[in-house]
Amino acid sequence: MTATDDNRRSDPPGSPAVAELPETIELPEAIQIETEEGRRLAAQIADDKTRHARKLLEVRDLSTHFFTKDGEVRAVDRVSFDLDYGETLGLVGESGCGKSVTALSMTRLVPDPPGKIVSGEIIFDGVNVLKLSNEEMRLLRGKRIGFIFQDPMTSLNPTLPVGFQISESARLHLGLSRRAAADRAVELLGKVGIPRARDRMKDYPHQFSGGMRQRVMIAIALACDPMLLLADEPTTALDVTIQAQILELIRSLSEEFGTAVILITHDLGIAAGMCNRVNVMYAGRIVETGTVDELFEHPRMPYAWGLLDSLPRLDEQRGARLRTIEGMPPDLIEPADDCRFAPRCPYVREVCRQKEPELSPRGEERHLARCWGTEPGGWIQ
Amino acid sequence: MIEGRESRSTSDGALVEAENLKVHFPITAGLFQRTVGAVRAVDDVTFDIRRGETLGLVGESGCGKSTTGRALIRLRDATDGVVRFDGVDLFSLSREKLRKMRRRMQIIFQDPYSSLNPRMTVGSIISEPIETHDLARGKEKNERVRELLALVGLNPRYTNRYPHEFSGGQRQRIGVARALAVEPEFIVCDEPISALDVSIQAQVLNLLVDLRKQFSLTYLFIAHDLSVVRHISDRVGVMYLGKLVELGPPLAIYETPAHPYTRALLSAVPIPDPKAERRRKRVILTGDVPSPANPPPGCRFHTRCWLYEKLGRPENCRTEDPELRLVGGDHQAACHYAEDALQSDVGVAHLAADAPRRAAVPEVVADPALAAAASGGSSEPSGGGSTSGEAAPGG
Repeated sequence: MTATDDNRRSDPPGSPAVAELPETIELPEAIQIETEEGRRLAAQIADDKTRHARKLLEVRDLSTHFFTKDGEVRAVDRVSFDLDYGETLGLVGESGCGKSVTALSMTRLVPDPPGKIVSGEIIFDGVNVLKLSNEEMRLLRGKRIGFIFQDPMTSLNPTLPVGFQISESARLHLGLSRRAAADRAVELLGKVGIPRARDRMKDYPHQFSGGMRQRVMIAIALACDPMLLLADEPTTALDVTIQAQILELIRSLSEEFGTAVILITHDLGIAAGMCNRVNVMYAGRIVETGTVDELFEHPRMPYAWGLLDSLPRLDEQRGARLRTIEGMPPDLIEPADDCRFAPRCPYVREVCRQKEPELSPRGEERHLARCWGTEPGGWIQ
Repeated sequence: MIEGRESRSTSDGALVEAENLKVHFPITAGLFQRTVGAVRAVDDVTFDIRRGETLGLVGESGCGKSTTGRALIRLRDATDGVVRFDGVDLFSLSREKLRKMRRRMQIIFQDPYSSLNPRMTVGSIISEPIETHDLARGKEKNERVRELLALVGLNPRYTNRYPHEFSGGQRQRIGVARALAVEPEFIVCDEPISALDVSIQAQVLNLLVDLRKQFSLTYLFIAHDLSVVRHISDRVGVMYLGKLVELGPPLAIYETPAHPYTRALLSAVPIPDPKAERRRKRVILTGDVPSPANPPPGCRFHTRCWLYEKLGRPENCRTEDPELRLVGGDHQAACHYAEDALQSDVGVAHLAADAPRRAAVPEVVADPALAAAASGGSSEPSGGGSTSGEAAPGG
């Protein structure tokens, strides 16, 4: 923010505010409220940050399927979890495990067709998200839930200056004037660590480096002070030193604003450093969930410890061979009613092939695993 | 296993030598494409790769590690400097002689999707280099292709399939089979597992380790993932902005790094262990990597260097480009203040000696039917024995 002040001083006297944006770009229309649930959400937003429920987010039996010519792909299959206010939750798993589709479902951004939320409930701060009209979803997106996607080049609009993209949602959701929204955008750009913020308002996304673009994304996501930040592989496209900068930024800003974060990542190291709790997903299902300490120290599901064990580690000199998880994840078109990991599991028994186990408690608070072998009396101890 | 690797690597001198290697790309402008500058992708790099060793090369994107790898097998011509392969200067070779030499060196690319021709069957992809070098014909050639497929863990009957019928990990295996087809001595692995999922990465990494042993291969292993490089390498080189800034055995690079950049890099790598993460001392490097077209004077890292700031911005960092110099046995670093870097715990704070380790993986009880009967009530003693033994079958 000192950078902002410096820039203000360095503006030549009498020049118009640099942050002023073209008049020709029109804002989207105001949001129409249609349903009961929408009225409730609008009233809550007027109330701002008061909590309206016990949990910020409760997801119950969420299933999102994709209807393709080959069949119905169960990308997310009966997923349940919750999120406390201000908590950072990790969704980890390999590509195709359903972690991104889970996040998209929460804001109903799954491309339809072919995707469709076929069942379940998503309660966000007491509001039933699936009962909102498409129009009312715009209240939630941007205002209550901010996004950061993996690739900032494709998720920013290349034809609009970044200043406009940041101030757009502040004008829409907070009703700020063009000038006030521009000032807010400058403030945010400074907060996310972009030097000479005021000068860069009129720059286009291609004029920023990858790390800087991701900072712009974060500024947009936080423009309306959301209660939840969805970060989908926010650093996968970045170099490791830039990744450390961005993760630090997400961590400090979410603390400062009290924003809850759902961090989607395939990198277990990132989850270990950033999250309070972690959900491990495999083949559309949550297979284990717990606090980071519990999960990384005492994983109770063979997939989770297979994943941890197959990683070469920076702080360990290991033998010449790594342990591996043999085989590949299953096809999600009508998967069998067994444990999805059974075909690759070295501990597999007959029961695993017959019936899928429940996500059941494993000792410590909030530590649940889906595995017959590690249940009390099971054969894996 | 480790001893074996070490003896191999020291047995007989260098297979590949790079001397003052420079690769610059011209920047042109205007109607007549006048050269107005140069991107100094690789700028005066000297090192060797010993016969039978795996040299890991790490660095951020744009540091010149891939360009270095390509110049070593002359897929790129050098602007200046010498590359010798088994004593022969590659840049002095005629086309024909180079083609013959190429049989001895191969490359595996990062992207298994774009490095295989989608219109060719797997059989023809793998047999192409065999034909080029006229190593086998007809039946013998087909037999060789099947052998190679089996070698990399694919079904030998797959010769008539096309690349799109395979998953990413399988495609990378096809790339490995193609590289092995000419029985090379030296393989440049350019980010061979970066595009793959975690559980598949380990499979391909193991394959590379097995093949190295089986065929006494020498690897240049280029990757941005420092953990992977530590796992596979006998020596590790760290590059920054076209320069090799540190070179040494993994233990030295990862536990007593002598260059502040290496330390910053190490401190930024996430570790899948929440306790280790909390113990860390992270140096957040400010800003982006400067442009290689216009690198900073003196030490190229000084604009982002935490040690430079800590030492009160010494002048020689800005004016003198530090040479790679010996800081310990077989351990070189290019920093005027390497001794001060060695004193710090930046980048290695996660290595507490008393660090608790994750509970060992439970043992696999072999016979499900028998064990099911036994597991009725009582629990087996908590898995003290790690199963690393059974996880390492010959291959």
